[in-house]
Amino acid sequence: MSAAPEVLEVVNLRKVYGSSIVAVDRVSFSVGRNEIVGLLGPNGAGKTTTINMILGVLTPTSGSIAIDGMDIARSRTRALQRTNFAAVYGTLPGNLTVEQNLHIFGLLYGVDDLRRRIDAVIERFDLGGLRNRKSGVLSSGEQTRLALAKAFLNRPTLLLLDEPTASLDPAAADDIRRRIRRYADEAGVGILWTSHNMYEVEEVCHRVLFLSHGTILLEGDPKRLPSQHGHKTLEDLFIAIAREPLTLGAAPH
Amino acid sequence: MSTRRIVAIVLRQLYLMRGSVARILPLFAWVAVDMVLWGFITRYLNAITRAGLDFIPTLLGAVLLWDYFARVMQGVTTTFLEDVWSRNFLNLFATPLSTGEYVAGLVASSLLTSAVGLCVMLVLATVFFGLSFFSYGAALIPFLLILLTFGLALGVAGSAIVLWLGPASEWFIWPIPAIVAPFAGVFYPISTLPRWMQYIAHALPPAPVFEGLRGIVAGKGVSAPALAWGGVLAIGYLVAACLIFGSVYRRAVRVGLIARYSAESLS
Repeated sequence: MSAAPEVLEVVNLRKVYGSSIVAVDRVSFSVGRNEIVGLLGPNGAGKTTTINMILGVLTPTSGSIAIDGMDIARSRTRALQRTNFAAVYGTLPGNLTVEQNLHIFGLLYGVDDLRRRIDAVIERFDLGGLRNRKSGVLSSGEQTRLALAKAFLNRPTLLLLDEPTASLDPAAADDIRRRIRRYADEAGVGILWTSHNMYEVEEVCHRVLFLSHGTILLEGDPKRLPSQHGHKTLEDLFIAIAREPLTLGAAPH
Repeated sequence: MSTRRIVAIVLRQLYLMRGSVARILPLFAWVAVDMVLWGFITRYLNAITRAGLDFIPTLLGAVLLWDYFARVMQGVTTTFLEDVWSRNFLNLFATPLSTGEYVAGLVASSLLTSAVGLCVMLVLATVFFGLSFFSYGAALIPFLLILLTFGLALGVAGSAIVLWLGPASEWFIWPIPAIVAPFAGVFYPISTLPRWMQYIAHALPPAPVFEGLRGIVAGKGVSAPALAWGGVLAIGYLVAACLIFGSVYRRAVRVGLIARYSAESLS
């Protein structure tokens, strides 16, 4: 019996803008079911470009992306039905209410028994009192909870979270992390998570990938990687990679 | 094609209208103003010209049909622009929604919103100014279908222009009906135009509609082959507009504009 496919399989992914700007260069990685993988790197490292290609809103120059074993280039609709995302830069239309937004995106993702599902995610993300409020008047924390409710609406097998706690205070960020982890455990979803908060990454991610100048420099357990490369914390390691990525190979293992 | 995803695009527009006077009023306010204005102009013209000449079916009828065409086009573009204004492309196109379903949603939204304007115009023109649409006979159906199809085509093409050139280019698409009108012979016969404008007029689907309308009022009837040609042209424009939209969308996905649309360009 063959093993179930990884929820995300990225092979030799490359994106070149114009003729010479290489944003992502032969990146390969996978995300398993029930696994949270951190995609780390300084600004401009290629994290969002990679996520956009996985979401199908940016065409790769070369390479392949498979979601639940389905190639996104050939089976875009079916692959994206099993995917969802939340990102700080992808706020939902502010002129629609919480419930209207969830209804429309539920239809777009083809969610069965939509009314009941909307009720479930509204309850899960504590949005009951905000159901009929316009999304544009919600606080940052409430908007993040709405974005996550939308992200879990179609019971995705792959969830892409691009800095989901970036605009939140520590207490709200902690609440959001707990909600995501709890739901991810229950739903058996694979998550690709980008963040600049190394404490958060250590707490949440099972594995991390360090991206710099469009390539993966390091991969491993976020709790063990720093010591493996001669640094005390993940944040120190991040800073070292951001400042001098080329010296990393000389670091002690 | 998924009906649910098409419905989602239409429903979004209905949700927006439900709570917004600013979105509901334009559906009928401007066409009502046009009907009243042109209604009185035609009454005045009828009063000062010789007996037997009736401007109501030619002038007011032409204004009504032209306004319908413009509403159809704007129905598509305003639905599209809602996604531009709310920066919603990333959310939309990261779902299983295809470009075909998205365009179908724009078209369906336009059919609903333009029907509201048409009904208001028909009531005003009939009740207050005595315009009888039955006087055009069965030709009214192809008239409306041709203008509907061409309006959809220009709406989809206009949306493609904004997708291509960025949010600031929305001002390119609002004057399109005004630019087309002089060539389409809305208020005068095509033969009035200089030769080079006539060539353009014959390539535009509305031209045979308004020529036909004047023919019916003059008692000469309508040219079926001319109307058929208008229909073929309108369908051709709609197919071309959909292909152009698809091509512009694929370019936007290739260069990364969908994900960063508010930047207007990637340069």
